Amino acid sequence: MSLLIKGGKVIDPATGLVEYLDILLEKGKIIKIAENIGNDQAETILNAKGKLVAPGLIDMHVHLREPGFEDKEDIASGTRAAAAGGFTSIACMPNTKPVADDQTVIEFIKSKAAREGLVNVYPIGAITKGLEGKEITEVGYLYKAGIVALSDDGKGVMNGEVMRRALEYAKLFNLPIIAHCEDENLASEGMMNEGYMSTVLGLKGIPNAAEAVMIARDLILAEMIDAPVHIAHVSAKESVELIRQAKARGVKVTAEVTPHHFTLTDEAVASFDTATKVNPPLRTKADIEAILGGMQDGTIDVIATDHAPHTKEEKAVEYLYAPFGMVGLETAFSLVYMKLIQSGVLTLAQALEKLTIQPAKILGLQDKGVLQEGKDADIVLIDLDKKWTVEKEKLCSKGKNTPFHGWEMQGKIMTTIVGGKIVYCAEN
Amino acid sequence: MGLLARKDLLGLKELSAEEIKLILETAVPFKDLFYRQIKKVPTLRGKSVFTLFYEPSTRTRTSFELAGKMLSADVSSLSVATSSVVKGESLEDTGKTLDAMGANVIIIRHTAAGSPHLLAKTVKASVINAGDGTHEHPTQGLLDLFTIKEKKGRIEGLKVVILGDAAHSRVAKSNIWGLIKLGAEVTVVGPPTLLPPGLEEMGAKVSYDLKTALKDADVINVLRIQLERQKKGLFPSQREYTELFGLTKDKLAFAKDDLLILHPGPMNRGLEISLEVATSKNAFIEEQVTNGVAIRMALLYLLTGGGKTDELID
Repeated sequence: MSLLIKGGKVIDPATGLVEYLDILLEKGKIIKIAENIGNDQAETILNAKGKLVAPGLIDMHVHLREPGFEDKEDIASGTRAAAAGGFTSIACMPNTKPVADDQTVIEFIKSKAAREGLVNVYPIGAITKGLEGKEITEVGYLYKAGIVALSDDGKGVMNGEVMRRALEYAKLFNLPIIAHCEDENLASEGMMNEGYMSTVLGLKGIPNAAEAVMIARDLILAEMIDAPVHIAHVSAKESVELIRQAKARGVKVTAEVTPHHFTLTDEAVASFDTATKVNPPLRTKADIEAILGGMQDGTIDVIATDHAPHTKEEKAVEYLYAPFGMVGLETAFSLVYMKLIQSGVLTLAQALEKLTIQPAKILGLQDKGVLQEGKDADIVLIDLDKKWTVEKEKLCSKGKNTPFHGWEMQGKIMTTIVGGKIVYCAEN
Repeated sequence: MGLLARKDLLGLKELSAEEIKLILETAVPFKDLFYRQIKKVPTLRGKSVFTLFYEPSTRTRTSFELAGKMLSADVSSLSVATSSVVKGESLEDTGKTLDAMGANVIIIRHTAAGSPHLLAKTVKASVINAGDGTHEHPTQGLLDLFTIKEKKGRIEGLKVVILGDAAHSRVAKSNIWGLIKLGAEVTVVGPPTLLPPGLEEMGAKVSYDLKTALKDADVINVLRIQLERQKKGLFPSQREYTELFGLTKDKLAFAKDDLLILHPGPMNRGLEISLEVATSKNAFIEEQVTNGVAIRMALLYLLTGGGKTDELID
């Protein structure tokens, strides 16, 4: 099976390539990138005229919910959503049921993904057993089973000693720790950003400090141990500054931000729409400005979605009772395009870098996130001019919990190719 | 749609000054009903009013029920303990059930902020917020405004102190919005741990010093202190709270003679307000209760619509 992508504008941030070229794919690999490759070279020709041809996007922060919460999402639906969003590789968080704190769960996810997944799925193992923040997991067995990182995402590891030992032990296997930084006491029972809006709405606030205080701790620990730490979903301006300073000192820290955190502020909560309930919460304009600055100067390395599907029933309740999280896979690229690229915050290459090669490097994904001969044939075709409207009922994800329903978007994923096979094709 | 150009009353933030004034004016003739031998008018005959309380309350619930009954509405009360709520029925489904029973007005109290908004989106009936979490308690705000207007003759230009736990008080929020919309100058006084962020953005001043704030105040609204706040470490002890922020007779010495003292009740006598102050000539705490019924009658009337008030009352 060979596939020839013809006539597109090829962009690859990893190699600095921006050129009109053809790409030939065979046996899951990129065989050739050149001008005018003959049609006779391939069984299938994909016309990419007017499209951008980029490395398949990589999302290092996804909740696939399987096993245990298949009513919210499963590996089949979650990877369909990923494909529709242009993501060819995703890393899935361990807060499943049972928790992915044991190699059997990792093996289950991997085998299920191999059978039913449309895109590459990389499991992340739990830092602590049962995500309880007490005892570290059997990292060695998890590593053998195929995890790419460790995280207790959804909760912070409150005990500094436990975090210290986890960072130390993970060095054995060169595994990054993805830190969900949240001081439970400072955040206690909070539902949204603490500030004017939380006062007006009477919803308990989560101060920026709940995040920043924990980031400060984890940066100091990572520095002491000389271990890599990746800060998940940065939301607060103080956090950006802490990470910037740590990077300047040489701490092995990387960081990610979600599209919703650079797009929406806490004013979106005004209607008590539970689709806006997310942790960390939507912050303020000042926080968004700091995040944009952090993306420009490289303080923030990665854009990740924190795709967190929930059922309609779970979200159709009082704000207080709704679970945290929103879906993000299928709206991510358009938000990146409109909010970062069109607005001039980042160049196309800078933005794509944070969606491709950067997460690939952090997770140690070989042959991913780059368009080069010999690398994996994971590719996305994008129409930057195409406009579309978000309709939550049409999302591939089981989760319809998006605050972007009805939004006019620009920049659409047209075709997603994983391992040389077309796994998604947009309706025209 | 009634005489107010809105289906629901969810908060004072959304109301215009004109709408607030309309409600206050409408309540005046309804208050007169209290001084008649027969305290009942046929205004809402044939209309159904439901109270749906997810949080214990005696005064607010009774006040709404009485308001409905004095207007001849059919008033039904859903009690959480005996309803399907304990079986875990969603608010949306409960709302639809009440709609199907032909509810004209649903009055909801809930611990979760925004619940009335969720209900209002679901049902055809008008929804009145009778207090949602720490968001708003608009009818309390309105009755406080009514009482101030009644006692002081105006609201515009008055200096009003709101004292206490503004961070957890829906009464404080509704008061601040209403007072500011009607042109009063609001100062919120309390320990920093009980004052939420954004008060200045709402248009209020913030002070930690009760004595200074009292000096030129025309009105003080004393908020109820919930004892659980002390357990959460928001103030170190009851006696220290009373010492610094309790409205006691010695602090009144700093205030004007005609300071109007309000309290939404129920009071913790001796904690946020002393018995002496609560029963002084400056306090109109019981009259606030009467005014509450009048305000709620006005709202029921305005939301369900009807003829002119004077015709209906006479």
